[in-house]
Amino acid sequence: MAPYAFVAPAVVLFVLVFALPIAYTVYLSLFRTEVRGLGLGRGSRSEVFVGLDNYVRALTDSELGAGALRVLGYGAILVPTMLGLALVFALLLDEDRVRARGFSRIAIFLPYAIPGVIASLLWGFLYLPGTSPLNQLLRELSMPGVDLLSPTGIYFALANIAVWGGVGYNMVVLHTALRSIPRDLYEAARIDGCTPWQVAVRIKIPLLAPALVLTSLFSIIATLQVFAEPTTLAPLTNSLSLTWTPLMKVYQDAFGRGDLYSAAATSVLIASVMFVISFGLLRVTRSRAFGGER
Amino acid sequence: MRVRLGGLPTFVLLLGAVYCLFPVAWVLVAATKSTGELFSTTTLSVGSSLVANLAELNGYRGGVFWRWMANSALYAGLGALLSAALSGVTGYALAKYAFRGRALIFNALIAGVLVPAVVLAVPQYLLLAKVGLTDTYLSVLLPSVISPYGIYLARIYAAASVPEEVVEAARTDGAGEARILGSIALPMMVPGLVTVFLFQFVSIWNNFMLPYIMLGDDGKFPVTLGLYTMLKQGNTTPALYTLVVTGSLVSVLPLIALFLTLQRYWRIDLLSGAVKA
Repeated sequence: MAPYAFVAPAVVLFVLVFALPIAYTVYLSLFRTEVRGLGLGRGSRSEVFVGLDNYVRALTDSELGAGALRVLGYGAILVPTMLGLALVFALLLDEDRVRARGFSRIAIFLPYAIPGVIASLLWGFLYLPGTSPLNQLLRELSMPGVDLLSPTGIYFALANIAVWGGVGYNMVVLHTALRSIPRDLYEAARIDGCTPWQVAVRIKIPLLAPALVLTSLFSIIATLQVFAEPTTLAPLTNSLSLTWTPLMKVYQDAFGRGDLYSAAATSVLIASVMFVISFGLLRVTRSRAFGGER
Repeated sequence: MRVRLGGLPTFVLLLGAVYCLFPVAWVLVAATKSTGELFSTTTLSVGSSLVANLAELNGYRGGVFWRWMANSALYAGLGALLSAALSGVTGYALAKYAFRGRALIFNALIAGVLVPAVVLAVPQYLLLAKVGLTDTYLSVLLPSVISPYGIYLARIYAAASVPEEVVEAARTDGAGEARILGSIALPMMVPGLVTVFLFQFVSIWNNFMLPYIMLGDDGKFPVTLGLYTMLKQGNTTPALYTLVVTGSLVSVLPLIALFLTLQRYWRIDLLSGAVKA
């Protein structure tokens, strides 16, 4: 009986926190409030079953579609930049001749400890024309300022916050993977006349492929969940609507407009997209995960 | 001619370090400025109002900022502690016992890892609203305690670090299963559980949407949510911007201290599933 007693608390909490809410959301997504008469008094509002109606409306909602496109654009800037930088830093950390490695490693990893909201607050002030050091510098050089809070600039502004927060984490994951590669491989390559550059491109990067796939998928999933950063920056600019990303729209539908049914349908759609992507992640990683069990 | 390669790579790494430290340096400086100075002086020139800013932050609405800090510490500290304990017990059971339903439980948990917490926040709110638990400390703590990801990590760690022979030997000596778990297995899993604690601590401290949705009473806010509401009011009351900046600095300092103290415990290798037995 022991194993059942050990897993029971987790199972109970799991059902309460994961399974029931998911089931409830799916249920809600199939209904709508019907208002009779003036909508006043008891019984004038009732839940009616509408099938997939909410899904059809969500899928044809132009604001939701636009939000999905915005997240794609944001991710197209963020993911390659963050992983590219993380890879470069990880390869540099792995070079014997590089100095100040410990310091750089901790400094680049440090932003990971800072919450997205606080990061957005800090960068928000660094973007504000009134307090931005970049614009101050450009003014001194008599060049026109850049407005990172403009409708186009905001993509880069948001991507920068996420790159700043995530590059160190990915760097450490990649660097850890690099250290598990046997070093005699490099020695052999060096004797064969490979430069450090060739060793990096022809040996290290190919061997890093599984770790790169893993970090890419994690980054894509995190990108799709972006919520805190645009919500935090929104008070500083008109470029960010309250429905800028699909998740912000879910929040607005549920709490701004009080339409839980639409919010539920949109949630299910977002979760499905993430599930498909995450399932890919699982297929890539599961084969290597478990050794030494009975 | 052979070029020495130490220079450029070191320079690039240091450039990365400067980029990552810059906002932290900025907030250190900006917190010393008065509201007027914040918008008028050169970015990196030090102001004269640090003490005044701290005093004002301290006095803001009867010291509510410190309450937010204490709330954050409670949510993240207690939540992560309970989460690490729950993950340890569950992970050990899943790794070391063959029992009916193990595969089912594990697959359900894995599906839980795949369902993003952010998508769950709205339905969790609706369900907790039904039982009248929204706007309570529990509404933020409960969803933070169960971490499918933590259980996943603990299972991998238990499999790799608790030898079968030790468990068998304890059984032969007549130890009960609970005793084996409590005084043999869990202590052996401590390094892995510290990792679970740290990940969970950061993710709870970072979680914006859950408290944003669950809480209405700002006396229960974590510091991130509190500072966000202050920033929102900054549109009409620019003096609040100074407080937001000072508050950001004060809220980040303990995190940085914790990070620097514990950074050698970050077992990132656990993440890539690359643990060697």
